[in-house]
Amino acid sequence: MNVADIPVLSIMLAIPMVAAALCLFVRAELARTIALTATLGNLILGVLLWMSYDPAGAQWQFTESAQLFGPIGWKLGIDGISLTLIMLSVFLMPICIGASWNTIQKRVGEYMAAFLLMETLMIGVFAAQDLLLFYIFFEAGLIPMYLIIGIWGGQDRIYASYKFFLYTLLGSVVMLIAMLWMIQFAGTADIPTLLNTDFPAQAQTLLWLAFFASFAVKMPMWPVHTWLPDAHVQAPTAGSVILAGVLLKMGGYGFLRFSLPMFPEASANFIPLVFGLSMVAVVYTSLVALVQQDMKKLIAYSSVAHMAIVTVGLFTFNQQGIEGAIIVMLSHGLVSGALFLCVGVIYDRLHTREISRYGGISVNMPKYALLFMLFTMASVGLPGTSGFVGEFLSLAGAYKVSTWATLIATTGIILGAGYMLYLYRRIAFGPQVNADAAAMQDIGGREMWLLVPIAVVVLWMGVYPETFLAPIRRDVATIVDRIERAAPSGDSKLMAVDPTTTRFRVAHEPKNDVAEGSH
Amino acid sequence: MELNASLSLVRPEIILSFSALFLLLLAAWMDQAGRLISILAVAALAAAAALTVNSLGSGSNSSAFDGLMVNDAFGNFSKLLIYIAAAVSLMIAPRFLEKAGAMRAEYPVLILLSCIGMGVMVSATDLISLYIGLELQSLSAYVLASFVRSDGRSAEAGLKYFVLGGLASGMLLFGASLVYGFAGSTSFAAIGVAMDKEVGLGLIFGIVFILSGLAFKISAAPFHMWTPDVYEGAPTPVTAFFASAPKVAAMALLMRIVLEAFGSQILVWQQIIIAVALMSIIIGAVGAIGQQNLKRLMAYSSINNVGFILIGLATGTEQGIAAMLVYLTIYVVMTLGSFVCLMQLKDKDGSYREEFADIAGLSKTRPALAAAFAIFMFSLAGIPPLFGFWGKLVVFNAAVAAGLLPLAVIGIAASVIGAFYYLKVVKVMYFDDAADVIAESDDKVLVWTGGILAAANSPLGYFAIPVLGVWTAVAAKALF
Repeated sequence: MNVADIPVLSIMLAIPMVAAALCLFVRAELARTIALTATLGNLILGVLLWMSYDPAGAQWQFTESAQLFGPIGWKLGIDGISLTLIMLSVFLMPICIGASWNTIQKRVGEYMAAFLLMETLMIGVFAAQDLLLFYIFFEAGLIPMYLIIGIWGGQDRIYASYKFFLYTLLGSVVMLIAMLWMIQFAGTADIPTLLNTDFPAQAQTLLWLAFFASFAVKMPMWPVHTWLPDAHVQAPTAGSVILAGVLLKMGGYGFLRFSLPMFPEASANFIPLVFGLSMVAVVYTSLVALVQQDMKKLIAYSSVAHMAIVTVGLFTFNQQGIEGAIIVMLSHGLVSGALFLCVGVIYDRLHTREISRYGGISVNMPKYALLFMLFTMASVGLPGTSGFVGEFLSLAGAYKVSTWATLIATTGIILGAGYMLYLYRRIAFGPQVNADAAAMQDIGGREMWLLVPIAVVVLWMGVYPETFLAPIRRDVATIVDRIERAAPSGDSKLMAVDPTTTRFRVAHEPKNDVAEGSH
Repeated sequence: MELNASLSLVRPEIILSFSALFLLLLAAWMDQAGRLISILAVAALAAAAALTVNSLGSGSNSSAFDGLMVNDAFGNFSKLLIYIAAAVSLMIAPRFLEKAGAMRAEYPVLILLSCIGMGVMVSATDLISLYIGLELQSLSAYVLASFVRSDGRSAEAGLKYFVLGGLASGMLLFGASLVYGFAGSTSFAAIGVAMDKEVGLGLIFGIVFILSGLAFKISAAPFHMWTPDVYEGAPTPVTAFFASAPKVAAMALLMRIVLEAFGSQILVWQQIIIAVALMSIIIGAVGAIGQQNLKRLMAYSSINNVGFILIGLATGTEQGIAAMLVYLTIYVVMTLGSFVCLMQLKDKDGSYREEFADIAGLSKTRPALAAAFAIFMFSLAGIPPLFGFWGKLVVFNAAVAAGLLPLAVIGIAASVIGAFYYLKVVKVMYFDDAADVIAESDDKVLVWTGGILAAANSPLGYFAIPVLGVWTAVAAKALF
């Protein structure tokens, strides 16, 4: 079925919104059902969207345009990059609803409404083609997330919710001024037009910094990442999944959609800054993750480290690096989401996130241990999982720009293996010192339904990444073409060799000589 | 015939004047007629509003009484806003005042008189008529502030307002006399012509005094000190009125005098406006943080919002004025809505509550009220997708277009401080344990007004953007 003939994006925005309104007025069981139905409905629409998307077609597909709100144009449309991120959102949403099925018992209707609203706003961010509309969706997400952390969060939820809200708001408001300036300059808020507008170099620097302030906080990059561990630790499981899975991707999406193609020269000038911060982030947050006693905090810090690889990949200015960064974003969305779900599973049983309270649970929870191991390995970047594909591509792209930055960023993978395997060992292996942890039940049907779909996609992305690379390839190439004029030269001394034939010739001939000589 | 033509241009004021006098007579003849007279007063306001709507789109511009007043789109737009705000203040008042034993017929009459004064303020084109309008409005307001005679706080608020308001009027009058002395005329147009040539020290002094006096009326920093006390002490419906209609009138007056009389010398007053705007934003935001009383919080919130509105004036452009009018409209809706929510905070004994501690966990006991309140708070903080965001956006857009980038950046960064205390209200209502003080509201009028205002502030409000854009553009054009 081709969904290009109907305003599918508007429908995908409307379904969760209507469902959210309904959830406010019904009792708990019904609210759960409505939320699950709406998110599954959106997932089906998302799959149809994916199937109807033509990777070789126009750059912007499923476009819609209406003049509803005066200067704010209701303009929607997606390219391959938006498509993959929308897919990620609609894929994770039913899982979030499922993860909250039993654990959320107070104010269920409002909870489901907040999540559904979140889904509308996330899809809106990735589908908006009007600068102001994008900003509205981008900022509006603060309100439901503030409520999710603040109402259904843990012990220090109020501190965490404030920090989350004010940090991200402060980052974003300056971006609004920059956007207003751009609209004045270009005379339009239409994103496709702005993508081909050349801003003066001096203005680019300031505009880039204004956008950077917002996206760096959202990403989050060191040193403005400190809201993330707090928010993650305090948020309910599903809140963490959405936060890590989709909200962090808005930063990367912003860099990709705005900073790079709109301000290529400024982006090139700021490569040292981005690489520098990313290098610090990889090493520093990995080391911090190593000493965490709280499972969620550990995964939160690992998110910062993974996002640093995304920023390195994005600012490589080449196809490999940017494609890799997008795959890391998708992979991290799935894997960290799944890891938070794994934490949620055992948290629901023991009500503590302290690592030392567990141990040896692979004995009593074998199915859980298997899935948890799969996601641990994917987070480490084991070949065959999604993590490997993305990290390899972005680091390969980065190598062309800066060998040193690549060297340091790559230590993140080693350190990542360190903290993730250490986490896994302390939870799943070793002696069963805690009797209550040893008595925990293995995961049941509902939890399987949450984790197995993610596991399948993680393996799919690891074994056959072409499915996910195909829709983004052309759009990444468009961005690379656009920014090529400012691309850095790089220090890796690349040689123009044909990898398929030349190397074999060079490698084989002397060998043959030796072989002949021995005869 | 000249007089007839002039009179036909001030028909809304005439209707209101006669209604006020008639209602005063009616009050003398009938006992306990507070409610009836309120309803009649709302009807009079509706009639006056209908007359202003007529000339909104046309952009006609006719001078009355030899240049003392003008009937233009700008004045009519402001009047419409003022009449609506006043009508809402009348509708929400009866129960509150009855509870305080003060539902007397003078309340609607004073509001009407105040509206006449405000109508004169926004259409004055002469220092004399300006002052008459301002004083008529202020005198009614002083009485309104101390309307609940049995309440010491109300009397205190009235007295404070009167003393400080008198001081501000004096400053304004002193400034007006200086301007008259150095420009040789009290007419805005003639002052504008005189200022075209050169601006001496005397004129600058005059302008500074006039701006100070008006800054007091709009409660802009550093002349804001009276606001929290008066807002806290005055009866809540009166506070709602103070926070909306007179703000619109004084702001419109400020816009007109600055642009029509001093418009040719933007450098003389631009720095003053920028300084006042930034101070208001920052003082309003920081001052609100420690407040425990919600009415005081709203007072600081209005100081804060006035700062944002003044950013539009600092641009001195048509776009800036239109942006200010958009912001003012949204501000009136947000403020009235917040006060309507505040007035629903009654405990089980029926007495009114206004402290932070009383609304703890309100979302559990009164979800609809808490949701409406949260909408107003997020809207005042300017968080999209609520309608308050649009007001901030247009104002900052005007500042960016006028090249005032540093002002825009500082202003918007300071709005994050403001967001902190708006969030605190939401936090107390949603995150804290239920105090269970607040009872069900029995006042259907409040519930409905609150609901309608909340809907207007929700993303639904965005549908009003095109209409609002056209009307404010026409209105702003009238000043240039």
